[in-house]
Amino acid sequence: MTSVEVKAGAAGGSPDRSLRIQGLRKEYVRGTPVLRDVSIDFAGKGMTAIIGPSGTGKSTLIRCVNRLVEPTAGKILFQGQDLAALRGAALRAARRRIGMVFQEYNLVERLTAIENVLCGRLGYVSAWRAWLRRYPQEDIDGAFELLEAVGLADRAGQRADALSGGQRQRIGIARALMQRPDLLLADEPTSSLDPKTSVEIMELMVELAGKRDIPIVVNIHNVELAKRFAQRIVGMTGGSVVFDGRPDELRDEHLKAIYGGEAWL
Amino acid sequence: MSAAATRRAPFPANWPARLAWAGLAAYTVYAASLFELTWTRFLVGIDNGARFFDRMFPPLMGKWDLLWRGMSESVEIALIATFLGVLIAMPVGLLAARNLMPAWVTWGARGLIAMCRSFHPMIVAILFVKAVGFGALAGIMALIVSSIGFIAKLFAEAIEEISLKQVEAVRATGASFANVLLMAVVPQVLARFIGFATYQLDSNLRNSTMVGIVGGGGIGATLFTAFQRFDYDFVLTILITIIALIMIGEVVSGWVRRTFQ
Repeated sequence: MTSVEVKAGAAGGSPDRSLRIQGLRKEYVRGTPVLRDVSIDFAGKGMTAIIGPSGTGKSTLIRCVNRLVEPTAGKILFQGQDLAALRGAALRAARRRIGMVFQEYNLVERLTAIENVLCGRLGYVSAWRAWLRRYPQEDIDGAFELLEAVGLADRAGQRADALSGGQRQRIGIARALMQRPDLLLADEPTSSLDPKTSVEIMELMVELAGKRDIPIVVNIHNVELAKRFAQRIVGMTGGSVVFDGRPDELRDEHLKAIYGGEAWL
Repeated sequence: MSAAATRRAPFPANWPARLAWAGLAAYTVYAASLFELTWTRFLVGIDNGARFFDRMFPPLMGKWDLLWRGMSESVEIALIATFLGVLIAMPVGLLAARNLMPAWVTWGARGLIAMCRSFHPMIVAILFVKAVGFGALAGIMALIVSSIGFIAKLFAEAIEEISLKQVEAVRATGASFANVLLMAVVPQVLARFIGFATYQLDSNLRNSTMVGIVGGGGIGATLFTAFQRFDYDFVLTILITIIALIMIGEVVSGWVRRTFQ
């Protein structure tokens, strides 16, 4: 277990962080695919935003990557492995390298901020140590550093249910980065937040992941935020990719194709 | 009637419900008639009760060592049975939680729980007295069984009500199943678990004063003997002590629940 950690640390984040999705298909109900054989390559750096209407499979796509959702068919290639084919211990080991930020933060409400951040190390510490809260000192230092970085150092001992939405999402980001991941997934990270906090959260993610050279794949409703922060935009509709390009290439006709109609533009 | 015919009735008569109530009342009267529950019989009973109460007062201020031995044994039975019962109920409850376990596992656990719940603790106590002999061991085992039945079911329900979002987030970090349980499930249910456990301690305290009547150890045996020897003043002393014990138990468990809120 530690060998993986050491390797990643020694290499200074240089292992290949690109992600290749090939022919990914997901059917919750047989015969009605939510994802229709989607193929996308994500570069190993920067932010890629996936936009599209609700129910179009963005969340499913992201969740297939760390297998919170089981893909029906297709390949998800990451660091020489097909994530879609992993099981058991190998799957858990792969998940450790992939951080995730959630729309509703998904913090453990009754744990404190620092405990939530340290949850990011649960793939590495034994149940015994987690139970006694005897995390390695290195992890504890790292957790405090991350709390500092997200601006919540003074809230370390506060329970998550006592924090505001923006503060919770900051903890959520710290938890994901605590994994020292090679990839950061974000599933509608700003949809439950007000516009100002949304921008702050996006800035924070870009800044902290950028410093660590971690590529981000983010699902996002807000096209403006996507254009502002992402280097690449993928537009999906009906379970297929209909646009893939730089933010400045995204025109109204593309938005029409993605969301349908034009009255809202 | 005519007015109701022309207007829409805001509260229409619910005839099935009325019939059900009438039927229940009729059956109650019929059942009462079976047992000759007459006023005369009641007066005879009251008269007897008055004499019984008369002999209870004043409560006996003595036999302290007998009382102490019985009470302390009851408390010990309740504590040991609650501790072991809760300890066993936790994994059983987890196995019965349908949101975390595959269906075939939950069936087994739910079967076990149903079995533990089907009998009153007194019946289980009689079985254990026959099986392992007179004494506290039988009482403890009987109360363990009833604790498992009660607590495991509540544990399972508490686990089924947790937020799976929190579980999902911890799973996404690559945590092992044990770590997911420990850091995502336990924090969500711990306060309720402690609440259930203290309720069970309350209930076991009450039941531990009973199991002695059928030979399961504790104050119940002393109480039963006092009844049979017509030492009604000692009976009253025992009853008052039991009330005091239950009240103390209530206060202590309330305090424990608040501490872990």
